[in-house]
Amino acid sequence: MNIDILTALTFFPLVGVFLLLFVPSSRTDTIKGIALIIAFVSFLLSVIAYSLFDTVASGMQFEINLPWISDFGINYHLGIDGISLLLIMLTTILVLLALISSWTAIRTSVKGYYSALLLLETGMLGVFVSLDLFLFYLFWEVMLIPMYFLIGVWGGPRRIYAAIKFILFTMFGSVLMLVALLYLFFMYYNYSGEYSFDLLRFYQMPIPLGAQTYIFLAFALAFAIKVPLWPLHTWLPDAHVEAPTAGSVILAGVLLKMGIYGFLRICLPLFPEATLRFMPFISILAIIGIIYGALVSMVQRDIKSLVAYSSISHLGLVMLGIMALNVQAIDGAVLQMINHGISTGALFLMVGMIYERRHTRMIADFGGLAKSMPVFSTFFMIVALSSIGLPLTNGFVGEFLILLGTFKTNHIYAILGATGIILSACYMLWMLQRVLFGKISNVANENLHDIYDREKLVLVPLIILIFWIGVYPNPFLRRIEPAVMNILKRVEQSQKRVIEKKAIPEFSLMRNNGRNYSLKIDGG
Amino acid sequence: MQNIDIKFASLNLGLISPEMVLLVGGILILILGGLFKQRAIIVYTALVTLLGGLILSIGAWNNPESGFYGMVQVDNFSIFFKIIFILASSLTLLMARQYLIRWDIERFEFYSLLLFSTVGMMTMASSVDLIVIFLGLEIMSVPLYVMAGFARRDPLSNEAGIKYFIMGAFATGFLLYGIALIYGASGTTNLRQIVADFGFLQTHSALPLYIGAGLVLVGFGFKVAAVPFHMWVPDVYQGAPTPITAFFSVAPKAAGFASLFRIFAFGFSGIPEMTSLLWLLAILTMSVGNILALYQDNIKRMLAYSSIAHAGYILIALTVKGEGAVSAALYYLLAYTFFNLGAFTIVTMVDSRARSQALIHEMRGLSIRHPYLAALLALFLLALAGFPPTAGFLGKFYIFSEAVKGGYIWLAIIGVINSLVSVYYYLRIVVAAYFDQRETEFQPVTYTPALRLVLFITAAGTLILGLWPQYFLHLTRINMFPFI
Repeated sequence: MNIDILTALTFFPLVGVFLLLFVPSSRTDTIKGIALIIAFVSFLLSVIAYSLFDTVASGMQFEINLPWISDFGINYHLGIDGISLLLIMLTTILVLLALISSWTAIRTSVKGYYSALLLLETGMLGVFVSLDLFLFYLFWEVMLIPMYFLIGVWGGPRRIYAAIKFILFTMFGSVLMLVALLYLFFMYYNYSGEYSFDLLRFYQMPIPLGAQTYIFLAFALAFAIKVPLWPLHTWLPDAHVEAPTAGSVILAGVLLKMGIYGFLRICLPLFPEATLRFMPFISILAIIGIIYGALVSMVQRDIKSLVAYSSISHLGLVMLGIMALNVQAIDGAVLQMINHGISTGALFLMVGMIYERRHTRMIADFGGLAKSMPVFSTFFMIVALSSIGLPLTNGFVGEFLILLGTFKTNHIYAILGATGIILSACYMLWMLQRVLFGKISNVANENLHDIYDREKLVLVPLIILIFWIGVYPNPFLRRIEPAVMNILKRVEQSQKRVIEKKAIPEFSLMRNNGRNYSLKIDGG
Repeated sequence: MQNIDIKFASLNLGLISPEMVLLVGGILILILGGLFKQRAIIVYTALVTLLGGLILSIGAWNNPESGFYGMVQVDNFSIFFKIIFILASSLTLLMARQYLIRWDIERFEFYSLLLFSTVGMMTMASSVDLIVIFLGLEIMSVPLYVMAGFARRDPLSNEAGIKYFIMGAFATGFLLYGIALIYGASGTTNLRQIVADFGFLQTHSALPLYIGAGLVLVGFGFKVAAVPFHMWVPDVYQGAPTPITAFFSVAPKAAGFASLFRIFAFGFSGIPEMTSLLWLLAILTMSVGNILALYQDNIKRMLAYSSIAHAGYILIALTVKGEGAVSAALYYLLAYTFFNLGAFTIVTMVDSRARSQALIHEMRGLSIRHPYLAALLALFLLALAGFPPTAGFLGKFYIFSEAVKGGYIWLAIIGVINSLVSVYYYLRIVVAAYFDQRETEFQPVTYTPALRLVLFITAAGTLILGLWPQYFLHLTRINMFPFI
C-alpha cells in the first residue's frame, strides 16, 4: 500500500480535475464540494506519507522507479526525503486552505478555477516528488499553465500583463535549463554508456569544473528567477498583486519554494564546485534582495504589494542560508521556507479577506480595524509578528538558524542579512499601525463584519502551525536534518574528488560527419 | 546512353500500389462527380481510397524494396511519410466539407485534387532519383495551385492561387537547374549512384555539384517555406480557404522535408559547406518566422509565420543529420501534423465573419461561448508553443537533444529561445479566448460528426504523442537507414 503513496498523492488532484469535467458548470456548489473533498483527501494522503516517513533513515523514501520512455532512458522515478516531505505537506495544506478561501470570492467560471487549482496542485507535488530530471522538468513546466490561467482569468485589472510577464520570465529560465539538462544527459551517457535522466545516478557522476560552471549557471538562472533572486524579481510583484487571493497564496507559499528546492536538490549536490565558486556572488545578490525587498516594502501603499515585496526580502534570507553551506543554515533555510509559506500565505489570505469586504487594499483606506474587527486584527497581528520573526513564532526559529549558520561562514553576510529582520519589523509594524490601530478614519470601516467561521477555519490551522513550529520545531527539524546532511555530504565528497583531481579531463561530443568536435568546457 | 532492356515485370508495380490506388480513386471521383449530385458519395469514396492507400503503405513496413531500376525505394522512411500524408489529407478532407459548404465553394474536383496532390507527395517520399522526386513535386504542386485559388469569387483566394503558382514555378526552375547541374557533374540523377561516386565527384567536378546541390536546396526551401524563401507564405496561407491552408502547412511541408532528408541527410551529406548553409537556414527560418509572427493580428497570417518557424526547428534536425536527428524530425512532423491541423480546424470552425479575416482579438469570449472549443484551442496552441505534456514538447525535446548530442549546442540554445518567443504569440490567442471577458458575436458553430472526429483525433494525437510516446518513438527509429 505504501509503495505507491507518492503516485496517489501526486495524481489524486488530477482525478478531481477529471471528475470536474463531467459536472455541468452551472452547478457551482457541486464543483466546490468535489474540489474541497479532493483537496482534503490529498491533504490526508500527505499526512499518511508524513506518518509513514522514517525519520531515522537517510536517503530517499517511498521510491518507485518504472520505465516510461525507455528510448531516452526516462523513468517514472519518484521518491522523497525530509525536505520534499515538508514541502509536500505545505503544498497540500495551502491548496486546501486557498480553496476554502475562494469559496465566495470566485464567482466567474467556477469550474475552470477549481480545475486549475487542482491541476496546479498536481504540478507542484510532481516537482517535489520527481527524482527523474525529465519528470521534474515536465512538472516544472506543466505547473506554469494553470498558474498562468489563474492570474490571467481571475486576476486584477492588470492581470494580462502580469500573467504574460510571469510566464515569459519563468520560461526564459526553464528553456535554458532544458539545454543544460540535455547536456547533462549526454554527459552522463558518455560517462556511463547509458541513457538516463535519473538524478540519483547523476549524483554519482563527476562533472569537470568547466562544464559544471555552465550547467550550474543555466540551472541556477532558472531557479533564481523562481525564487526570485534580485535582480530577477520584477515579475513577482506584478504576479502577486494581480493574482486572485488563492493564486497569491500558492505563488508565495509554494511556487517560490521551488526555486530554493531546485538549488537544494540539483545545484548543490550536482555542481558543488560551481556552487562554491558562485557562493559569494549569489550571497551578495541575496543580501541585496533582502535589503532592497524590505526597503521597497516600506514605501508600498497597497498591502498586497507590501507582502509581495516582503517575500523578496524573506526569500533572500533563505537563499543566504542555503549558500552558507552548513547544516544549521540549511536546516534553518528549509524550515524558513515552510515558515514563509505559512506566514505569507496567511497574510495574503487575510488581505484577501479585507479586500472582499472593502474592495480596496490601499493602506490609506484603512485604520482602526482593531475596533470593528477585533478577532481578525488579533490574527493579523500574530501572523505579521511571525513574519517578522518574533520569538515563540515560527519565523524566529528559521531566521535564527539561518543567521547562526551564516555567521559561521561569513560574519559580514550574517550582519547584513540580519538588517533584513530589523527592516521587516519596520514595515510590518508600521503597516499594522496604519491598518489596525488609531481612529477609524473612514466611515466604510465602521461596520465591517468580523471574521466569518469559514475564514476562521482557514486561519486557525495556520496560526496553530505558527506557534507549533515556534515552540517545538523538533519534529520538523528531525525530518529535515538527514536530508540536509545528505546534500552536504555530497558537496564535501565532490570537493574532495576535485582536490584529488579525479574529474574527467575533457568531455567530447562526436559530430556525425566524423570530425571530433571537442567542446572546450574544461576550464580548469 | 546504355541500352536498358525494359521488362514489365522488373517495374515492380506492387511498390507503387498505394499511389496507384489514390490515383484511381481520384479519377473515379471525377467520374462519379459528373454522374451523381450527392457529394457524400464522393467524400466516402475519397476516404475509402485514402484508407486503402494507408493499408497498402503500411503493408510494406519493415520490408524495404527497390524497383523501377533503382528509382523508387519503399522503405520505412517513405512509409512513415506516407502515413503522415494520408493522415493529413484525411483530416483535411473531413474538416473541409463543412467549410466548403458554408462558403458555397464545394465542388467535387476538390476531393480529387486533394488525392492527386497526395499521390505526388507519396511519390516524392519514395523516390531516390532526382527526376522522380521532381515528378512527384509537380504532381503535388499543380493541384495545390488550383486548391489555393479554390474560392473563385474571393480576390484574396485568387491572389493566393496566382502567387503560389508563380512562386512555385520559380522554385521549380531553381530545382530543375540544380538537378541539371548535378546531372552534368555526375552523369546520373540517381542519389544512390551519386553517393557511391561521391568521393570521385568531389575531386573532379566539385563546383557544378555544389552549385547544383545549392540550387536544389533553394528549390525545396521554397516548398518547405524556409527563410529567405518564405515571402509567398503569409499571403497564400491567408488567402487560401482555411482547410486548404491547414493542408499546406502540414503535408507539402512534410513532403519537402522527405526529399530534403533524402537528398541532404543521406545523399549530399558529405559536403561540409552544406552543413553551415543548413545551420544558417535553420536559424534564419526559426528566428524570422517567430519574430514576424509576433506582429500579426490576423490568425491565419500568424499561423503562417508559425509554420515557417516550425520548419526552422525541423531544419535543425536536418543540420544535425544522423540517425537520431532523422527520427527526431519524423517524430516532430507527425506530432506537428496533429496539433497544427487541430489548431486550424478550430480556426475553420469559428472563422465565420468574413473568410480569411479572423483577427486574434476576435477570439475573445470564446471560452464563454464555446468552452470546449476554447479548451482544445488552448491545448493545440500550448502544443505549438512546446509545453509539456503535449506532443509539441516531446518533439522539440527530441530535436534539441539531437542538436546537443551532435555538438550543436548553440543551435539548441537559439532553438529554445525561439520557442520562448513563440510562447508570446501563441498565448495571445489564449489571452483573447480566455482572459478578455468582453463577449463578441460568434456565429453558432456547427459541430458535424466529421469535425468532432477531426478534433478528437488531433487532440488524442497531441496528448498521446506527448504522454505515451514510446511506441511512436520506436516507429521513428526502426530501420530508417536502409537507404543506399
